[in-house]
Amino acid sequence: MDVLNLAHGSFYMVGAYIAYSVVVATNNFWLAIVVAPLLLAMLGAALEVVFFRRLYRHGHLAQVLLTFGFTLVFVDLVRAQFGPTTRSVPPPPGLGSAVELFGATFSSYSLFVLGVAIAVGAFLLLGWRLSRVGAVLRAGVEDKEMAGLLGVDVPRVFTFTFAFGAGLAGLAGVVAAPEFAIYPGMDASVLILALVVVVLGGLGSIEGAILGALIVGLGYVIGTTLFPQFAIGLIFAVMAAVLVLRPSGLLGRRS
Amino acid sequence: MILGRLTSARNAALLAVLALGLASVPLWAPRFWIYIATQALIFAVFAMSLDLLLGYAGLPSLGHAAFYGVGAYACALLALRQVDGLFPLLLVGGVAAAIVAIPIGALSLRTSGVYFLMLTLAFAQMLWGLAVNWVSLTRGTDGLIGIPRPTLVGLDTLEISLYERGAFFVLCLVVAVLTFAVLQVLARSPFGKTLEGIRENETRMRALGVPTFRYRFAAFVVAAAIAGVAGSLAAMSNGYATPDLLYWTASGFGLVAVVVGGTRSLIGPVLGAFVVLVAQLGLSTYVDRWELILGALFIAFVLFVPGGLVGLVRRT
Repeated sequence: MDVLNLAHGSFYMVGAYIAYSVVVATNNFWLAIVVAPLLLAMLGAALEVVFFRRLYRHGHLAQVLLTFGFTLVFVDLVRAQFGPTTRSVPPPPGLGSAVELFGATFSSYSLFVLGVAIAVGAFLLLGWRLSRVGAVLRAGVEDKEMAGLLGVDVPRVFTFTFAFGAGLAGLAGVVAAPEFAIYPGMDASVLILALVVVVLGGLGSIEGAILGALIVGLGYVIGTTLFPQFAIGLIFAVMAAVLVLRPSGLLGRRS
Repeated sequence: MILGRLTSARNAALLAVLALGLASVPLWAPRFWIYIATQALIFAVFAMSLDLLLGYAGLPSLGHAAFYGVGAYACALLALRQVDGLFPLLLVGGVAAAIVAIPIGALSLRTSGVYFLMLTLAFAQMLWGLAVNWVSLTRGTDGLIGIPRPTLVGLDTLEISLYERGAFFVLCLVVAVLTFAVLQVLARSPFGKTLEGIRENETRMRALGVPTFRYRFAAFVVAAAIAGVAGSLAAMSNGYATPDLLYWTASGFGLVAVVVGGTRSLIGPVLGAFVVLVAQLGLSTYVDRWELILGALFIAFVLFVPGGLVGLVRRT
């Protein structure tokens, strides 16, 4: 969509907190995985219509500032509601065990996360390439006016896409909840990594994002094993190296 | 022409009044507000240097706090090795930041737009990671503490200490005014005009034979050096240097200060720095949810006051 949203990490954080609340209230993880993305999609749609829509014309800087404002607001709201302490969510029943696979031991929940990731990735890839919405979105980003002239309701498509992205961030938050700690500030760590992933892969390329995520994930694990102190540094170094050689990312088009 | 001279005379008068008004702060303000004003002035120096990048050169950096932090750490390391003297300690921050800015600028400036934003962010986070993890040098998340303020060489006979009420504030005010003057001269020089030309139309400037990369690079390094000096001041003022100084939110607050005040004006970032700092430190003493209010304030500014505070004045 060509929108730079620093509050995307906040959606992830809010998703995780919704998961926490739902699990505490109903003890049902599967309810959370349905409710949180829906709520965040609604939140995303509302924010898009009220705020972001006005800024598409103004370029990335205005978007950075606006969404930076939102990150502060969301972190503070979460802190007001849940306090600064770390929360956690137990893995759903049936996924708390360990599984032997290819001679290595995995927690079954990690495999579940992997499955979700592959499903979402495949869905996005196919949707972007083959579906009508994907085609309309590609057209809308490429040339808003022309797409509008051809009868595409561009604003509605953008609202939908933004809401969808927010919902996915919420889903990621729910899925991450049993795996990582939930705390105000989790938004920043995931946001920066996500930006690295996207920029590394190339903006506007879903394949690139998947590739970037694999590189960053592997880089992080390898880095942590080899020199634990500088794992993060390694990732940024890789990103810097890629951008110097290919200024628009691995699979990105020329900016 | 006459009108232009009149407005610039009016502006100069306004600035003089502002500076004098600020200079009188230690005489009447309570200690806490002197502290806030000191922090705001340091932040103003940082924001002005960012305005050189963002406003004049059109380079949206989301990693400018890296240079602020490097300056603070350089000053802290030197001061903790018993080096005394205001000028060496101020300068080391600027020099260290400029040295770090050379490779970062050379690499980041190969890209533009969002990629520049992301790359500067990535480098800044890398340095932040370094500050957190290189424990033997930086003491990790604890930071370097117990940094003494230097004695004022040459003023020893007057026995003025920077720990005296308002003395450090005046030092910051002097540095801020000097920064303003230097950047103002720079912005009006052929160098500044060329930067603006590159911002508006790089292809054309290149066609005119201007080595655009070199100009941008120079602006980047100068801005970093000034941010480094601000970092030195911060280290002396607080007595500590922690990784927080380099964190990306610090860069974000810098951008906010520049935009809330108004880009391309230098006075705008100063106003913006005061708004942000007063909101940050002032609000947090009175209300718990200050971040919420601050965030809402930024959102309102981006949406309703695109020209910043300076833009409001200019319009009327």
